[in-house]
Amino acid sequence: MWRDALLMAGKDLRIEARSRVAANQVAPFALIVLVLFGFALEPDRSFLTQAAPGLFWVAVLFCSLLAVQRSFAVESADSARDGLRLSGMDPAGIFLGKAGAVALELVGLEILLTFGIVVLYGTNLQGAALLLAAAATATIGLAVCGTVYGALAAGLRVRETLLPLLTLPVVAPVLLGATRAWEVALGQSADDGWRWVILLGVFAVIYLALGVLAFGALLEEA
Amino acid sequence: MAAAIRFRSAVALIGDFPVLAGVDLDVASGEIVLLRGPNGAGKTSLLRACAGLLPVSSGRAEVLGHDMVADRRSVRRQVGLLGHATSLYDDLTVEDNVRFAVRAAGGRRDTVTPSLERLGLAGRLGRVRVGQLSAGQRRRVALSILVARDPALWLLDEPHAGLDAAHRDVVDGLVQEAAARGKTVVFASHEQDRAVALTRRIVEMAGGHIIAAVEPTIGPASPPATISQPLPEPIHVA
Repeated sequence: MWRDALLMAGKDLRIEARSRVAANQVAPFALIVLVLFGFALEPDRSFLTQAAPGLFWVAVLFCSLLAVQRSFAVESADSARDGLRLSGMDPAGIFLGKAGAVALELVGLEILLTFGIVVLYGTNLQGAALLLAAAATATIGLAVCGTVYGALAAGLRVRETLLPLLTLPVVAPVLLGATRAWEVALGQSADDGWRWVILLGVFAVIYLALGVLAFGALLEEA
Repeated sequence: MAAAIRFRSAVALIGDFPVLAGVDLDVASGEIVLLRGPNGAGKTSLLRACAGLLPVSSGRAEVLGHDMVADRRSVRRQVGLLGHATSLYDDLTVEDNVRFAVRAAGGRRDTVTPSLERLGLAGRLGRVRVGQLSAGQRRRVALSILVARDPALWLLDEPHAGLDAAHRDVVDGLVQEAAARGKTVVFASHEQDRAVALTRRIVEMAGGHIIAAVEPTIGPASPPATISQPLPEPIHVA
């Protein structure tokens, strides 16, 4: 399973490195979202600073949808999915590899977006341990959940519109938990931020287990 | 000789439509069998059912000793399917595609380069992205994967399609060599003269049924053709 996961992640990351879709399209999209939030909300910097955690994670959420859609689009083109099925690879390995590649792409985008909120919204980064723990668990949660629903939608003609419809309501806990944890880390709330990290961790574990168990069936049905 | 494929009253559905409507077929190990019939006869569906990509919903189906009704996944690593689509990644190079497919199927890495050379894909062409290749070149990449994997059962759907004459000869050679090594080959082709010359048994299909199994009226082809010098490769820019 782990060998297949590494092989799959390597293949997806190599495709991304060659096509540069995340670098040339998703990253600019993420920055544009941050700028548009700035325009739409008050140009008053203190308000943007307060709203930065939520805006950051909404932008990450949108980017995760694009990354997942791209991850499955390459398997739909030219029936590459048939090749995967015929390879006899462990479906759990395929799932972990695809989710891992999406997660790594999201990490890159989150680093870029972090610079974005510092520069555009004047966010003062602090509470590094909580920030990183929340980001890590939320990223894994978004990647594994997105990969499960990406596989579910992959075989359908309306997959482009169906994926956000399926995914966005389900990942609401990730948006909530990551935003609250970051608010605490950035000193905007006196709540216990680690409780939110635990929620994010539980979400990630549930979808990780679901993906490992169900991905084979999803791949067959797609 | 042991049966590589044994279907009895096998039915496969796409939605409610029976694309295989009670197929009875026996193919022995090492045999080359041509599936022939009009469009929609069920040739592609039969090949996909043999590969475990199309579920057999009733009847009996065994491929390489695996019960395809109970578990159609376990046989896949022993089967190679060249379908209408080539199952390649446009953004990866020719070499990357072949290497990934071989490693994914648990094959040996040292088979990659010889297979690329056999299909005239080594060198500069091997470093070209598949998305920049012509349809015929893509087909050769898919064939190269099949050669590198060297599965026990070769399932070929229109293997000559899109290829020039020289590479059609190479395909014929590969099929004959595979059979000589004890591999089983089942293929569908509208290239009647070539296809009939390759096989000793023709299975006629219509409407999801096998309607006849006949022997070809002309003998097998002359010894396998190979290309000793790779052809100059114009790179088609899509």
